Amino acid sequence: MPRISPEDVAHVARLARLHLSDEELTTFTGQLDAVLGHAADVEALDLDDVAPTSHPYPLTNVLRDDVVAPSLDRAEVLAQAPEVEDHQFKVPPVLGEAP
Amino acid sequence: MSAREIAAAVRAGERPAREVLEEHLAVVDARDGELHAFNLVLADEARAAADVIDDRVAAGEDPGPLAGVPVALKDNLCTRGVATTCSSKILEGWQPPYDATVVARLAEAGAVLVGKTNLDEFAMGSSTENSAFGPTRNPHDPTKVPGGSSGGSTAAVAAGMASVGLGSDTGGSIRQPAALCGVVGMKPTYGRVSRYGLVAFASSLDQIGPITTTVADAATVFEVIGGHDPLDSTSIPRPSPEIMATLGDGVAGLRIGVIDELMGAEGMAPDVLARTLEAVAALEAAGATVGEASVPAAVYGITAYYLVAPAEASSNLARYDGVRYGLRVDAANTADMNEASRTAGFGDEVKRRIMLGTYALSAGYYDAYYGKAQKVRTLLIRDFEKAYEEFDLLLSPTTPTTAFPIGEKTADPLTMYLNDVCTIPSNLAGHPSMSVPFGTGDDGLPVGVQVLAPSLGEDTMFRAAAVLEGAAP
Repeated sequence: MPRISPEDVAHVARLARLHLSDEELTTFTGQLDAVLGHAADVEALDLDDVAPTSHPYPLTNVLRDDVVAPSLDRAEVLAQAPEVEDHQFKVPPVLGEAP
Repeated sequence: MSAREIAAAVRAGERPAREVLEEHLAVVDARDGELHAFNLVLADEARAAADVIDDRVAAGEDPGPLAGVPVALKDNLCTRGVATTCSSKILEGWQPPYDATVVARLAEAGAVLVGKTNLDEFAMGSSTENSAFGPTRNPHDPTKVPGGSSGGSTAAVAAGMASVGLGSDTGGSIRQPAALCGVVGMKPTYGRVSRYGLVAFASSLDQIGPITTTVADAATVFEVIGGHDPLDSTSIPRPSPEIMATLGDGVAGLRIGVIDELMGAEGMAPDVLARTLEAVAALEAAGATVGEASVPAAVYGITAYYLVAPAEASSNLARYDGVRYGLRVDAANTADMNEASRTAGFGDEVKRRIMLGTYALSAGYYDAYYGKAQKVRTLLIRDFEKAYEEFDLLLSPTTPTTAFPIGEKTADPLTMYLNDVCTIPSNLAGHPSMSVPFGTGDDGLPVGVQVLAPSLGEDTMFRAAAVLEGAAP
């Protein structure tokens, strides 16, 4: 039985803001199913008492001194944006459609 | 001429940095049309930088330990005002407003930036075929892949287009191409080199490291780029590492374990195994005590990695939304613009990993996939701890085979992923490891042997690497 269906792939593509053609949906479903199938080898492991590792080197509460320091140059940052207005990033309407 | 020899000659005023640079640029002209190691060659800027180095030497100044050394930078390292693409259409033309910490440190040490090198898009791949700008070829045989994802930097160094390359290594992306191109590649302990200005792929695994022709060059570059950086909150609060002081101390008395599970890994080629056993014999002849080590969870590394890395990538790559930088494809509303931009900007492998990661993190599947992978990571760290009670260093092949033909594995992602079986465990554990060239396979192409060490064990690891370099056939 496949581990992931075309409906699942279409759902995650939507969550990830990616559009897939019908052909891509078929190809990606097969490929993702193969990779997830490889995960079967860890399913037999008894991991109930094992703590998860999210970070390999233990560092906690990394804070900088609370002093003012130069930040990135605003003009240089905005110069890379696709569209800018009044020193702000400009996007199409968030609600509804452009008039 | 090694990077250390170049720097010594330039500092002593025996060779102008400009002359060294022109030699390397001549190789770029002759070979890069075929190899495509570079996304961008900065010939004029490099000439100006080399002239500044020469002026400083003439004025009696010391430009630093990498004076006049031509360097190739993987194109996922930010360079202020210079295009940084990650070999992706979504970042084509982007000029970062800041330099990566490693870029600033190389410049302070007198290095000269030759250009930005090709990679698998966002460092996702093992062959440099996933680039939006076309594949890089192996300098030893242009019909073969150079490995990846740091294939451009590695090919540049192997072909003599740069003396030093910087790469990033998330699951083997420095060590695997180094092995396939016959050069030295080193991944530091997680946190030892600042990631500030490295475009993020999988933040708990990514490390920047050197690609060089000699072990001593790798040590010198690591000393230059390593050490604490307040701009990276995962940077280990320790000063710059000291490697050169003990590099020649040899391996007499060291206990070195050969990782059983990786020697027997799926797809391990007999010629690669034979070279690895010869490397083991060389270490033994140099006075090391050699034995078989067991790291049982190593075989689960690939499974854990291909859940953890895509999960982190799916989160990291959410930032490419067409709003603040990079490609925007216009649409009637912002959500459609986000989707149109990402769909047009990302290649297939990046899309695959974003979807895989999104799935592994989604409600109902988190425990079965991402949660389980994180636990396997713990098992692996425990297994390494046990092995390091018995051994000072561990050893394995770097890759299961020598370089494979371009196009051979692109249709089957899982087969491509299996290339990283030996290199992935070090990333999951956060440990340092490096690949040293050790002879050739039956096809005449380079073989790499991997030396692994526990966290912060780079000094000992480099001692074994130096012995292997001296004993290599």
